[in-house]
Amino acid sequence: MHFWPLIKVLPVRTHFRFVRLAKVFSTLSAFAIAGSLFLTLYPFKLPCGGLACGIDFAGGTVLELTTAPKAVDTEKVRGALEGMGLTDLVVQGINGPSSAMVRFQAPRGADISKTVATAQARLTQSLGAVKFTRTDVVGPKVSGELLTTGLMGLGLAILLMLIYIWFRFEFRFGLGAVAALFHDVFLTFGLIAIMGRLGQFEFDLKAVAAILTIIGYSMNDTVVVFDRFRENLRKYKRMPLDEVIDMSINEMLTRTIITSMTAVLALIALAIFGGPTLYGLSIILLFGITIGTYSSIYIAAPVILLWGVKRNDEEAEPLQPATVQR
Amino acid sequence: MMNLAKWKVILVVLATIFGLLFTLPNVLPAKVRDGLPAFMPKSTLHLGLDLQGGSDLLYSVDTVALRNERLTNMAEDVRTTFRDKQIAFTDLAVTNGEIGLRITDPAQYSNALNVLRQSIGAPIAGVPGGREVSVSSGDNQRVRIAFVPEAFEADVSKAVDQNIEVIRRRIDQMGTKEPDISRRGKDRIDIQAAGESDPERLKSVIGQTAKLSFQMVDDSVTQEELASGRVPPGDEILQSTDGYAASYLVKKRQVVTGEELTNAQSTFDSQTNQPVVSLRFNGVGGRKFGDMTRQNVGKRFAIVLDKKVISAPVIESAITGGNGQIHGRFTVESANDLAVLLRAGALPAPMKVEEQRTVGAELGADAVKAGAVSAIVGLALTVVFMLAIYGMLFGGISLIGLVVNGLMIVGIMSFTQATLTLPGIAGLILTLAVAVDANVLIYERMRDELRAGRNLISSMEAGFQRAMGTILDANMTHILSAAIMFSFGSGPVKGFAWTLAIGVLTTVFSAVLVTQVLLAWWFRATRPKTLPIA
Repeated sequence: MHFWPLIKVLPVRTHFRFVRLAKVFSTLSAFAIAGSLFLTLYPFKLPCGGLACGIDFAGGTVLELTTAPKAVDTEKVRGALEGMGLTDLVVQGINGPSSAMVRFQAPRGADISKTVATAQARLTQSLGAVKFTRTDVVGPKVSGELLTTGLMGLGLAILLMLIYIWFRFEFRFGLGAVAALFHDVFLTFGLIAIMGRLGQFEFDLKAVAAILTIIGYSMNDTVVVFDRFRENLRKYKRMPLDEVIDMSINEMLTRTIITSMTAVLALIALAIFGGPTLYGLSIILLFGITIGTYSSIYIAAPVILLWGVKRNDEEAEPLQPATVQR
Repeated sequence: MMNLAKWKVILVVLATIFGLLFTLPNVLPAKVRDGLPAFMPKSTLHLGLDLQGGSDLLYSVDTVALRNERLTNMAEDVRTTFRDKQIAFTDLAVTNGEIGLRITDPAQYSNALNVLRQSIGAPIAGVPGGREVSVSSGDNQRVRIAFVPEAFEADVSKAVDQNIEVIRRRIDQMGTKEPDISRRGKDRIDIQAAGESDPERLKSVIGQTAKLSFQMVDDSVTQEELASGRVPPGDEILQSTDGYAASYLVKKRQVVTGEELTNAQSTFDSQTNQPVVSLRFNGVGGRKFGDMTRQNVGKRFAIVLDKKVISAPVIESAITGGNGQIHGRFTVESANDLAVLLRAGALPAPMKVEEQRTVGAELGADAVKAGAVSAIVGLALTVVFMLAIYGMLFGGISLIGLVVNGLMIVGIMSFTQATLTLPGIAGLILTLAVAVDANVLIYERMRDELRAGRNLISSMEAGFQRAMGTILDANMTHILSAAIMFSFGSGPVKGFAWTLAIGVLTTVFSAVLVTQVLLAWWFRATRPKTLPIA
């Protein structure tokens, strides 16, 4: 008996009745989305709602410092900055005992550049040998712009995907795809909100980039399933819609699993070895790609079922076969 | 598919050679790289500031301050003009971004408006908006002078250009590694300096307006009088950094300014051996400085930099040679920086920091290491997985595709000097891991076709052709999201998007051509009867 290559021993054709469970899963998803939305927005505080707002969007200053090999005295750090009128001061240890992260907002109307210089000077005086490994300063004007452009980017991405699917498939397919996309984006926001509450991840430009990447991958999965779906619709004109959907998903299941697995493996490596900066990013991507796979099966396809598709021949004509003539 | 066109093979070979050639410099030690013959590419990946360490500073020109400064100068013009024409006026002041005044005599009102409209408010050819300021009348003989918005915008734009020039001169003279200075939008300047160990020093050199002036200290007023808030007209109180007094009362009149300098050098005082800045005035400036010192022996004068007194020496004798010296509380470095600032000239418009991102070089090096390790582990996992699933032959083909793909990405990024950032590394790993998706789609399609009853060759043919549409469609989504990130993101996010976009292009290339060529070769060489993956 040969076990290798593994593809030979994997089931050739599965016959899962995905659609039958669609109701259960879409209800679950609806609850998850509602929960995510709540976590994302509550307590309705601008600019980031329930997300842990990074300085990209909230404005402010982050200093990372190290006093290696000595341990950082966070109380001393706090004391050094007292009386400067700083607001939202956070001091916490990062990557071991000799490093710390300091976050604050400069007093309203103050010259942020000077405030940072003063803060660094005070810290140097109080801690002795200190090295500032990272200094990020975002002014109020820039943070507002970054937030607007970030959100605009997300909106535009979803819109473009809708248009693309509409153009390549048909409008109802586009709706299914966008429903899946919203599902993925909202749930990812939910995760970011939870991680934010645990102090693990901040909502910043990197998070937006991660969400945009997730949008790309979620769409990728959806497109692959839709491609087969469209083909089968044309092939089996009399088969009920739900059966066509089930068949298409089953046919693509091996591919879906293999591709998700490679992405998951790479992202796990990234989360373990990529260091603190990439850790949050890879967790978000890991989550997003997993639910992206789930949503192409349980959200995108059932939405099409809900709306129905045009199946008579003339109407189906605009659907071009998924082949490239070379 | 199986009758392979020659150009495809040639293209694959060329792409592989290109990838190898341009990736090579990245793995060679610097010494070997420099010794390469001239025709070989030498550029390595261009690491973003988050990977190599450095500072990214975003400044904006302070348009409010610029407007007020221009208006204040203009108000002085108005004052002299009216004095010459003997038009009486009161309440001349700059408030809320415009000049306001009142003509005392109603009979002179229309004449005054005419004078203004023909002098500062006259139409100027070539100025956007047709004229620089608009003069409008109000009740009670009031006059308001405000900038024409288009003209002021053009002013700002010009000031930004001039600022960039001055900053460039300053930095050139500092002798640090050449930073990137670029204009962003209407009123912003972005400065990226790699490896600068001290961003605060860079900031102090870039951000200082550096307006130098010599003004007389007014010693006629006692401290008590000052404390009661009586500042004589024509005087101002300026903060001091000289270490002797907290502030000085100085005459507003600037006797000599930094514009009249021809040179500034940091040297050491011959007697005290302290670092000082020595100045050389031009003809006019030297004469004015000579007059000032001759007429005021025994009195103090203030050397004022950006509205702060840096030194207030007593004049011991007339200094007529056109040379001067500033004895401040300098270190060698700060004396040198001040000399640089004075030589490069003042910034035409004041600036403020809007955004700063600084990463220490060590942190950057750690990030590179972490990125490299996770890339190697991630790709190794992908390869092992593919080999396990599809076996040595088909898994191996996707492995080769992956290698060519990776070489091409690194090659293109080195060749175009696109910036690789830390999130970019993540994008690169993800792209390569998911690049095998194209192979999976092709293989699965071939198996489907075989199962549908086709013979081997036609199912390979059909599988390849049909998968291609899906591959293109699926990758299009990545291109779209990358395009959005590129147009909206900044810095590291742009790097991420760029890496993603290059990766998608090379992925499609290696899926379309590399896999095809390899499969065709395998088929020709072995004439197989069965598909090893079915």
